[in-house]
Amino acid sequence: MSSDGPAQTDLGFTDPNPTLGPKYGPVKAIAIPIVSVLLAFAVGGILIYFQGVNPFTAYRVLFESALGDSDGLLRVMQKSTPLIFTGLAVVVGLRVGLFNIGAQGQLTVAAIGAAWAGYHFDLPTVVHLTFALGFGMLCGAAWASIAGVLRAYRNVSEVITTIMLNSIAIALVDYLASRTFKEPDQPISRTPLISDSAALATFGVIPSGFVIALIVSLFFGWFLIRTTEGFRFNTVGLNPNAARYAGISVKRTIVLAMAVSGALAGMGGAVETMGVVGRFEPAFNAGLGFDGITIALLARANPIATIPAAILVGILRTGANSLQFETGIEPEVVDVILALTLLFVAAPIVSRYIFRINAKRKSKSKGRS
Amino acid sequence: MRARWAWTLTVIILVGIMFSYTQDELRTTSVLSFSLRYAIPLIIAAMVGLVCERSGVINIGIEGQLLMSAFAGFFGAAATGSLIIGTLFGIGTGLIMGAVFATGAVAWKMDQIISGTIINIIATGLTSFFYAQGQVLPASTPVVAIPYLKDLPLVGPVLFNNGLFTYAAIIIVIFLQIMLFLTIWGLRTRAVGENPSAADTSGINVQRTRFINVTLAGGLAGVAGAYLSLEAAGTFERGFTAGRGFTALAIMIFGAWNPVGAFAAALFFGLTQGVASQLQADEVVDIPPQFINMLPYVLTIVLLAVVAGRVRPPAAVGKPYEKD
Amino acid sequence: MDDELVLEVTGLTKRFPGVIANEDVSLTVHKGEIVALLGENGAGKSTLVKMIYGLYRPDEGEIRIKGESVRLNGPREAIRRGVGMVHQHFQLVPVFTVAENVILGDEPRKLSFIERRKAVKEVTALAAKHGMAVDPKALVRDLPVGAQQRVEILKALYRQADILIMDEPTAVLTPQETDELLKVMKGFAASGVAVIFITHKLREVLAIADKIEVLRGGKVVGTTTPSETDQGKLAQMMVGRSVLLSVDKSVASPKEIVLDVVGLSSDNDIGLPAIRNVDLRVRSGEIVGIAGVEGNGQRELVEALTGIRKSTATKFTINDENAIGASPHKIHGMHVGHVPEDREKDGLVGQYSIANNMVLNRFDEPEFSRRGIRNMDAVNSLATKLVKDFDVRTPSIKTPANSLSGGNKQKVVIARELSANPSLLVASQPTRGVDVGSIEFIHSQIISARDSGAAVLLVSAELDEVLGLSDRILVMYDGQIVAELEGANPDRAEIGRLMAGGHAVVAEDSSHG
Ligand SMILES: Nc1ncnc2c1ncn2[C@@H]1O[C@H](COP(=O)(O)OP(=O)(O)O)[C@@H](O)[C@H]1O
Ligand SMILES: [Mg+2]
Repeated sequence: MSSDGPAQTDLGFTDPNPTLGPKYGPVKAIAIPIVSVLLAFAVGGILIYFQGVNPFTAYRVLFESALGDSDGLLRVMQKSTPLIFTGLAVVVGLRVGLFNIGAQGQLTVAAIGAAWAGYHFDLPTVVHLTFALGFGMLCGAAWASIAGVLRAYRNVSEVITTIMLNSIAIALVDYLASRTFKEPDQPISRTPLISDSAALATFGVIPSGFVIALIVSLFFGWFLIRTTEGFRFNTVGLNPNAARYAGISVKRTIVLAMAVSGALAGMGGAVETMGVVGRFEPAFNAGLGFDGITIALLARANPIATIPAAILVGILRTGANSLQFETGIEPEVVDVILALTLLFVAAPIVSRYIFRINAKRKSKSKGRS
Repeated sequence: MRARWAWTLTVIILVGIMFSYTQDELRTTSVLSFSLRYAIPLIIAAMVGLVCERSGVINIGIEGQLLMSAFAGFFGAAATGSLIIGTLFGIGTGLIMGAVFATGAVAWKMDQIISGTIINIIATGLTSFFYAQGQVLPASTPVVAIPYLKDLPLVGPVLFNNGLFTYAAIIIVIFLQIMLFLTIWGLRTRAVGENPSAADTSGINVQRTRFINVTLAGGLAGVAGAYLSLEAAGTFERGFTAGRGFTALAIMIFGAWNPVGAFAAALFFGLTQGVASQLQADEVVDIPPQFINMLPYVLTIVLLAVVAGRVRPPAAVGKPYEKD
Repeated sequence: MDDELVLEVTGLTKRFPGVIANEDVSLTVHKGEIVALLGENGAGKSTLVKMIYGLYRPDEGEIRIKGESVRLNGPREAIRRGVGMVHQHFQLVPVFTVAENVILGDEPRKLSFIERRKAVKEVTALAAKHGMAVDPKALVRDLPVGAQQRVEILKALYRQADILIMDEPTAVLTPQETDELLKVMKGFAASGVAVIFITHKLREVLAIADKIEVLRGGKVVGTTTPSETDQGKLAQMMVGRSVLLSVDKSVASPKEIVLDVVGLSSDNDIGLPAIRNVDLRVRSGEIVGIAGVEGNGQRELVEALTGIRKSTATKFTINDENAIGASPHKIHGMHVGHVPEDREKDGLVGQYSIANNMVLNRFDEPEFSRRGIRNMDAVNSLATKLVKDFDVRTPSIKTPANSLSGGNKQKVVIARELSANPSLLVASQPTRGVDVGSIEFIHSQIISARDSGAAVLLVSAELDEVLGLSDRILVMYDGQIVAELEGANPDRAEIGRLMAGGHAVVAEDSSHG
């Protein structure tokens, strides 16, 4: 068929019908990620041990600094907020069979877009908040749509384009922050501070951006299951041929899903700018997009499970700095732990060797191995 | 149709180079040398993607394989004081990364894109964590001029006065072109990538073919990685492969999954970058440096948009082999 | 026939999740013997021969090839022992030449290089020896189906197979080509090759077999010879009960024109013209059948009519509404039902529940959604009703579609398409890979759709199905409608001749070299 195109991303566990339950059954669906995380911590602990630090001490420092006081909790929630959004962005893509590894770029252009909308205008608070947030989302959506349109109409793999768009975004915002939108009379490249009317408030220890992220996750949990558009997304993701035969426009769905995915990543960037940083500074948000991939896979492409997955990553990222400060362990140990988590979750290591799922059935059904 | 288009472009570029050479010998030579240096890692990395995809496996993890082997090559050389040992470290690491990727994408039949992404994330994590500052290479890689050939006008200084990796890259391309289309390995590899079940029923072990090819391709990524840190940059920084693994996939596509085609595509890439940098340096045009940096990425997208619909990937690429 | 035993299979059992595909199957094959494996779809014929060819490993039982008990670890070992197989789904690389396909896996070589010239010479000689015309340098994807099958046979012969398995080789052939193939098989047997011939067509079995093994539900239910049996007895053995060999239907009473097509043309996947200037009219209350060898443009025709494939036409209306350039969605909105030829790939989402599959193309209609929100109660109650009405055997409407058997999957598709009361039903290979019980049911559903006023366009590679169901038959060859036959009992032989391109006007066409 002419629309076959590059291979679809098949996770083997995209299961849009909630009544069916996932392939593994509900207990293992939760147990596998948890065991994977624990295993990753164990291996990470060995690395820490060889750096001459007691791994238990290191992990205690890490978690205490993140969860031990209200200051830490606030930072965890702030850290988790954009992660929930980038995780969701990847999840929405996966559901349609698209692998959006460009959440980083979409988030970046949205962050500077929201900063511009925040400092350049003076508007009543509610209007300004909506405008800046919306403008950031629009930037993210537009950025992702380049990849969506190319995928739908020119059959260009979104994996390559989104990665390329990440690099382009970095150069572009660097240019903008150092020239067009630069804060005057400052040696460093960054935009001016946003107006107070565009700043997202924090209520006690709860940043409003975090609340928005929770609501958006729940919304998408509902959207993908209960709406006709969500049904289109799932159908295109599971079987694009059948979708086409059923009268669903695959091209339109791909473009739309990519735009939604970009808007979500963009929301992450906008919320970060408006709620935490207050302006745009290049490189303040490095890595958020890639953590989104880990989070989405850890959450098994389920929007609601994105929340705990993102919080876990948020805790690690928050604690990592204190870890270096107090024990001298490089904060990059978190990258290793997250990479290992991803490995254990996505590769059938845990499911096959610890839970022995499919092992028996496989050996029977597959002829020779 | 596409071939004619490509040939026309090639002829125009060659005429342009010749003309430019008559105008300004020095600059032309320097731009071309730059272009070649820029193209070499892309060429080798494109061969990685090509060997994998011809066998039916999308390797999105080239970036991570490059990064790991560049890392191992550099720190191996710095620690042992030997460029040769460093290179071997790089290639060995590439092979290991190839085997790891093959384990996921072939043996475990995981989604190939996700397997590749895991490779990338692991590579980023490990190289960041173990990165150490202040290491230096024992020496810079030797430049080997080929007698007589090096004295030819234009091609002499550009092609025949280079580091060993450059010659290696050219040999790899020619070698693969021959292997792929004239040998039994090539016929079987292409069969596995086009219709694995036909290959299987013809008595070819699809899984083993894929596993071996993907692993060996990892060794090639090791060569490219070692080149990056040992010859091209002479150092290693976190994340310094800068998306080359992905650009290489685009180059593989422009080359229509042919080694020689990919070679030409990579040179074209290098040339664009070389000309733009030269124009920038000469202040002929005032392009902000950020836009020069963007150029290869923009070019990748634009060319993919033009070409991707017209070339045909191996039919079975991206699908783990399951007997029906 | 020689007495030497070349293949002996005892007590073979093979289980797949949820099915026992073969159970305690035993079989003997002698040198120069033609053994027919007869059984309806899903009886386990392919599974049995795949074990003999090393593609599957038996769970229990023994395979002896030429007296030696073997445990095959793959086709390579079977090939080495002289087993060759012509697969039901051709195992060819489309972008390779004929010669490359034939030698693949057993290449003439000098060092590691392929000796191309030698390969071409050997393949030419082999083809000539067995009287099979093919150009060794042609690309397989450019060959018509019949020639591709010859390449498959050459592949087995090139490996010097003396046990040749042919899995439903006649399914893709015209009656004439079938007769020719049967002759070739006789030739093989005469030269000492043992042939295992799989089919579900009784006529062929009676014409050629030395011995008939009937499989049902994975077991051998009978062994006989053509002289001891007849079509009725074989059919009864195959199905386990007496079956109607013909379809029972009343005379059609066609009314107004529903589908009106003039000058429809369209390209295939690689951009070559696939259908040219097709004129077609289907009236309400009639079944128009399209007969033809697969690959003569039927698929493209169906896809063009349902909006899935781009096409051009002078006129293309459905109930007088213009459908030129309309999207699948729009055409569906014109009350067109479509049973696609490949239900697993195009007709169902395997991971979805039966309920979701029942509304796959209607989920956004007002009945099943309001303001973009799905009404699952309506979906579930429709699914419950359809599962009952269409006799879908399933534990629940929440069961994922891919865990159903072929016949039940097809019933889901048919139920979905018919429940919307289409005024035009386009049914492509509606009973392919379906068990006899389901076939009878599906046929009766198609006829009752016709009787309640639907216009039906039926495309099938099974000539018997077209003959049995259609009120009017069109024969398609090389992208064109080459004949129209009306009346109750069209002549099989005549249709066969037309299917092979034996029409005065288009007889010598250029495209097949
Ligand atoms: N690879 C497989 N996995 C699971 N079930 C299978 C597989 N192959 C065949 N079956 C099942 O085994 C039964 C026999 O199939 P098959 O041997 O193809 O029948 P036949 O060739 O007689 O039509 C069917 O019920 C089919 O669904
Ligand atoms: Mg069969």
